[in-house]
Order: sequence, then C-alpha cells, then structure tokens
Amino acid sequence: MRLEAIDRPSALRLIGFPVAALALTVVLGSSLAMLAGANPFQTLGLILRGAAGSKFALLETLNRATPLVFTGLAVAVAFRARLWNIGAEAQLYAGALMAVLLGTGWLGWPPGFLLPAMAGAAMLAGALVLLAPAILKTRFGVDEVVTTLLFNFIMLLFISMLLEGPLKDPMGMGWPQSSRLIPDARLPRIVEGLRLHWGFAFALIAAAVVWALQSRTTLGYEMRAVGQNRQAAEFAGIPVDRVILKTALLSGGLAALAGFSEVAGLRGNLTLDLSPGFGYTGIIVAMLALLNPIGVVVSAIFVAGVFVGADSMSRAAGVPTYIANIMLATALLTMVLAISLTRYRVRWD
Amino acid sequence: MPPREQAQGPVLRLDGITKRFGRLVANDAISLSLHGGEVIALLGENGAGKTTLMNILFGHYTADSGSVELFGQALPQGNPRAALAAGVGMVHQHFTLADNLSVLDNLVLGTQPLWGARLDMAGARAKLARLAQDFGLAVDPDARVGTLSVGERQRVEILKALYRDARILILDEPTAVLTPQQADALFAALRKMVAQGLSIIFISHKLHEVMAIASRVVVLRHGKLMGEVAVTDTDPRALAEMMVGDSISPPEVRAMTPGPALLELRAVSTPDRGNVRGLHRVDLSLRAGTITGLAGVSGNGQAGLADLIAGTERPSGGEIRLHGTVHAHWSVTKALRAGIARIPEDRHKTGTIADFTLTENAILERYRDAPFARRGWMDWRAARAFAESVIRSYDVRCPGPETRIRLLSGGNMQKLILGRVMETGPQIILANQPVRGLDIGAITFVQGQLLAARDRGAAVLLISEDLDEIQTLSDVIHVISEGRLSPPFARGSMSAGDLGRWMVGEGYARENMAGGQDAA
Repeated sequence: MRLEAIDRPSALRLIGFPVAALALTVVLGSSLAMLAGANPFQTLGLILRGAAGSKFALLETLNRATPLVFTGLAVAVAFRARLWNIGAEAQLYAGALMAVLLGTGWLGWPPGFLLPAMAGAAMLAGALVLLAPAILKTRFGVDEVVTTLLFNFIMLLFISMLLEGPLKDPMGMGWPQSSRLIPDARLPRIVEGLRLHWGFAFALIAAAVVWALQSRTTLGYEMRAVGQNRQAAEFAGIPVDRVILKTALLSGGLAALAGFSEVAGLRGNLTLDLSPGFGYTGIIVAMLALLNPIGVVVSAIFVAGVFVGADSMSRAAGVPTYIANIMLATALLTMVLAISLTRYRVRWD
Repeated sequence: MPPREQAQGPVLRLDGITKRFGRLVANDAISLSLHGGEVIALLGENGAGKTTLMNILFGHYTADSGSVELFGQALPQGNPRAALAAGVGMVHQHFTLADNLSVLDNLVLGTQPLWGARLDMAGARAKLARLAQDFGLAVDPDARVGTLSVGERQRVEILKALYRDARILILDEPTAVLTPQQADALFAALRKMVAQGLSIIFISHKLHEVMAIASRVVVLRHGKLMGEVAVTDTDPRALAEMMVGDSISPPEVRAMTPGPALLELRAVSTPDRGNVRGLHRVDLSLRAGTITGLAGVSGNGQAGLADLIAGTERPSGGEIRLHGTVHAHWSVTKALRAGIARIPEDRHKTGTIADFTLTENAILERYRDAPFARRGWMDWRAARAFAESVIRSYDVRCPGPETRIRLLSGGNMQKLILGRVMETGPQIILANQPVRGLDIGAITFVQGQLLAARDRGAAVLLISEDLDEIQTLSDVIHVISEGRLSPPFARGSMSAGDLGRWMVGEGYARENMAGGQDAA
C-alpha cells in the first residue's frame, strides 16, 4: 500500500472527503451516545440545536469560539514556522493575569486607554512567556515541545499561588479567585442584551491581520520559508533564529489575547478554571484549519459548536459531557485523514 | 534483439517490462538478457529508466506487464527477498552500510537467522578472507566502516553482495565516487569476477568506462530500449548519439585573457562540520573571464569551500578578499551584497523550497529588496513579473509562475535557480555540481550559460565530481583533497591520471615542503 500524489484534486474529492469525515464523526459520536443510553438521532438533533438552534445558542457558540480563535491563531502561526508551541495555555494565563493586574482599579484610565493598555500588556506577557523557550531552542537546541509544555504547569501553579496569596479577592469568601475588573476594564457587548462581547470581533480582526502578515509581508514570507525548508532559508540569507524569535513573540501574544478577552469580555475575574484547555484545543483548531488563519476562524467555530452542542445535549439527554471530547478527537482524526485523502490516492499493490 | 546462446540459457532475462508512473512511461516494453560471465552496460541519461528497471528486478516496484526470469526460473514480482535469494546483488550509488559496525559485522548483518543462538563469526571471517583474496578486494575485516574511505566502502558493498553468494552483480554508477586510478582497480576486480563466471550489469552514463568494461551495451532513452550493441561494433560517439537521440557536440570554449582576481582566498581554513570536511589553509583566486574548475573525490572539502563562498560558513583563519578588499564577518548577506551568484549543490534541499511557488522561489535571495518588498510589505506583482521573465528567458517549462516548484523536473528547477542568480549579471559565480542529474538538453543549456557569463567577464568556480566536465569547461583546474587545495593547473596541462594522483593526496606534501602553497 502506498500513497500517490494527485496534482489537481477534483471538487468531489475536495468536498466529499471532509463531508464524509464529518458524517463518520457524527455516526461514531451518536453510537457512543447510544451506548450511554440515549437515542442517537435525538442526541444528534440536540447537539445541533444546542450549538446553533437559537440565537442564544449561536452566540454562545461564538463566545466559546473566541478564545479558540486566538489560541488557534497562536498555534497556526508558530507551527507554520515549525515552532512547536504546545504552551498556548500558559500564554493565555499570562494574558489573563495582566488583564487582572491592570484592570482591577490599579490603573484609573478611561476605557479607551485602559482596554488597549490591558491588551498590550497581555500580549507582551504572553510573548515573553514563549520567548524563553524560543531562546533556549535557538541558542542551545532545547526542544520547545518539552519546555512549552512544562511551562503550562509552571504558569498554572504560579497563578494558583497568586490567587491564594496577593491576588486573592478579599470579598471572595475564601475562594481562590481574583478581585473583579472595574467596569471600565470590561469589554462591552457587541449588541446590548446579548452575551456576545467584542472579543469575538477582535478575534476576527486578529485572524485577518495574521492572514495579511503571512501572505503580504516579508516577515510572513520568512516565517513560511523557515517552516518549509530551514536549510534553504538559511542558504538564502534569511536570519532563521531571529525569525523564530519573532514568531514566538507573535504566537505568545496571540495566545495571551485569549486570556485577556476571556477575563475582560466574559468572566470579569481570574480563576483557575478560566480555561478548560483552550490552549491545547487551539492545537486541534489550528490543525483542522491546516494552519490557515482564516480557516482557524471556521474550525474554531466548529469546535466550539461541538463543545457547546454536546454540553447542552448531555444536559438534555442525560449523557456524560465527555462525549463532546470524544467527538472532537474523532473529528480531528477523520478530518486529518480526509484532508490527506483529498491530496493523495491510496494504491493497494 | 538479444542473440540466443545455444549451449546455456541466459542467467537473467527481462521480457517486455513496462512500468508507468501516472502518465510517465518509465519503462516501455524493455527486454534484455544477461549470460554467465558477461558484463553488460546499461547506458542512459538520468531519467532514462535504468533505475526503475533495476528496482523492478529487485522487487521494489511491480511491473505493469512483462516478466523476469532468473537462472531459468520465473521471479515472483514485488518481493525484494526473491532476487537476493536467487543470487542477485546490487551495489547502490549511495551505500547501504552501517557506519558504526565493523566490515565483518556489516557483511554478516541480515544473513544470520534472527533467533539463532550463536553467530558463526569465524566462518564468516574465513569466507571474507577468501573472497577478498579471490577478487583482489583487500579490506580490514575489523575496521569500522565509518572510518573507511569511499573507495573502501564501495569494496565492502561489493564484498557484501559476494558474501551472499551473488551470481549477478548490479553496479549503479560505481565510478561516480572514485578517482581514475580507483576506477581502474575496480575494473580489475570486476574482470576477476567475470572470469569466475559471475555476470555483471554496469549502470553508467560515462561512455569510456562502458567501452572499457562491458562486452555489450544496452541503451535506454525516455524509458525505451534504443538498441543493443557489442562494444566491438561501436564507438563512444555512436553510443552518445544513441543515448541522447541527437548528435552532440562538446561546448565551444573561446580563448580568453584572464582579468583581475575578483575573489581571493588567502590561507583560509574552516572547521569540520559533521560530514562536511573543513578547509586547510586554502589559497584560491577567481579571476574575471575565467572558469576555475574544482576537481576531487566527493567529501574532500568541496562542500566546505562552497559553503564558505556562499556565505553559510565563516573562515576560522585566513582572509577573504572581494575585488581587492578584505571582508571580515563573512555571511550570506555579505556574499549576496557582493553579487556572488550561488548555484547550490542540492537544488531540492538548499536551492528551492518545494512547497513554495515558482514566484516565491524566484525571489528567495532578494525578497527583502525593492522592487519585491517595500517597508516590509511584499509586492507580489513585481515578484511574479520577475518570475515570468526568468521563466521566459531561461526556458523553464512549467504550467505557470504560481505552480509549486516541487512539480518541476530537476532540469527546470535548475533553470529557475540559474535565472534567479544570473538575471542580475553577477561578476562572481559559484556553480556547485550545476548539471548533476540533468538531461543532456539541460546540461547544454546550463553549461552554455556559465560559458556565456565567463565570456562577458565573470569569474566562475565550477565544482564537479565529473572530471570530463571539469576538463572540458575549466580554464584553470584545482584539485581538492582532504581539505587542501592543489596549485592551479592551466587548461590541458594535466592528464586525468595526473589529476587523479592529486585527488588521492599525492603532491601536497612536496608542495608544502617547497615553501607553502603560495609557491604556485
């Protein structure tokens, strides 16, 4: 058995295989729901309704997609340059931390200045968190998969320490949570009365900016060249190490915006359950999007829809929520397979 | 078609082998036969289908139609073990030895049963000694393969095949890594094998070697069998025409008066880096209107010198002078600013980015500069216009500038690289193996471009392992051996044999005693 590359895949291949992958995911997910004792057709309907069946559900999905767009972009940008950033989770918390530090009354600026300052500080913190592993990589060849992954635990424990200590909300009745942001430090809702906040709009803008950066600027060209063929990039005079460091700054900054937008747009304070693994899910989002920044928006909404839909389904049908996780994992595997099948033909000989 | 032997049948018979890859017919109904004690040469350009044919014989590919018969028995297709078990041994161009094991271990590797309780090393050692004796292939059985020279490794590869009782030996471009003298020694060993009844298929595109070793020549072109002749009935010229399908004339080289030195290296050394051997106090001067050829067995410092001039390696000692000025802090950017055109050895790994389009590849060295970029923003329209002009002027055959370069043939890829570096009319040109793996049409084109650049006054450094190429094109030849550079030899002043002696390191000692390499 071997794979044969297809020069120009037909439209049938391009659309058929991903659709088949989705169908397979749904079948597998529903049969799991059946095992858990629910009617599979009913569960499917519940998932769809829960994810997009009402204005409320749809906005909830978009809200959930917002941090995933940011972390997905962070991962996509880094992976494109072959910087394996597994630490978007840590960068996200670094961003959230800065939002809380600046936004709980310490800085009394009007919102037009305060929010940009919080976002800027968040990006800076996230960038620095990823810069350290990137320097270790370029200078000493330390594997960034290990360092960025371990940074996640360091950061989470550090936040935990702060929430039990100096950042602990004196009015929090002993819970490990920070004080709440002042009203001027909150991201407003896009439409009054609905839960969707401006973070989602900023995520879309970020995707457009990243897209323009990658396809229209010299830095984007360098990042892609370094990722595709480091040796050729070096030969052409591209400063490979510097490009990796710049990529790290950008990627870390984007991941941190997820933390900023969650705190300032949704939660209003910092807790240890701020992110149910948005940093890791960002990897899935980026891979599903084939690292394309515009694709990240689509796949983030899809992934968020599966989560939100499965959540609501599990409440309605009384099956465990981890079916959502299984469906996501299945979606990722089948999608990756489907995407390679659009480009390659399997020959059995 | 092959003459039938009455007494005994052929030891190997390929009958009507056809293999298609998509639309490409790599082998088109090819039949050939090989008899006991015979050497046949398989002659053809790169891409003619020689390797495909041998891969089918070895079961790496399955033929779409046709059959293989070994010693009168049909060979099952698609089973790599079958050919080995039947007594066919292959020596690949790129050796398949374990560097960290001894010669003996390499021979034994894979021949012993996986779950056997003990290894019969004494028996293996005796067998190796006998083979080495019989065929004049002396090698130390306990030497680590990693410490052996290329010629010795090749001997180990041949011994490995013989150790497995090969009766048919296939050699894929065996002389590519050898000096002329080492090639002669190899031929002597091959003759001994043939005298003992072994049969040999000798794959090559070097005509004089084919004439020297083979009794019959089978010529392939574009996957088709062009003919089969006895060497006594033909001459290199006729073979070349058969191989290329056209009469070929060697490139015309006009006499030129050398101009001033544009790039000089003075006592430059570079560190060893893994497989890349560093340079040892190299003096080199590339002059305007001159092609300087660098001959040598691969792995003797060619890559180190190329890296240095390309800017990817810095000297650890000595100085680089460009147009008379010394350059400290040497880098790729410096080399590019100085207008050095660089044609890298490996166009797939170093020269291009496979998944980038032709446009993106065309500006790879100048992506930061106007008109391709302004203040950090790319101007893709300008880039595409440049790519289109390169595609037109250098006859790059491609669907268009937005095609990913991985879809191009090696020749067209090389033309794009050539166009990329030559469009600016460079004064200094580094051409590292510029025609390796190309077909005759592309070779003629690339060599013609280098000669044209020389004629307009550029200084060209031509690095090649093909001595014929070096001798045809170069005004001045240096030989490199173990990181040391010979003095320059003028065109025609040295025979291939003379250069061969420098390649194996003779001559340098005398030179050093005569007061350093500056003497030349």
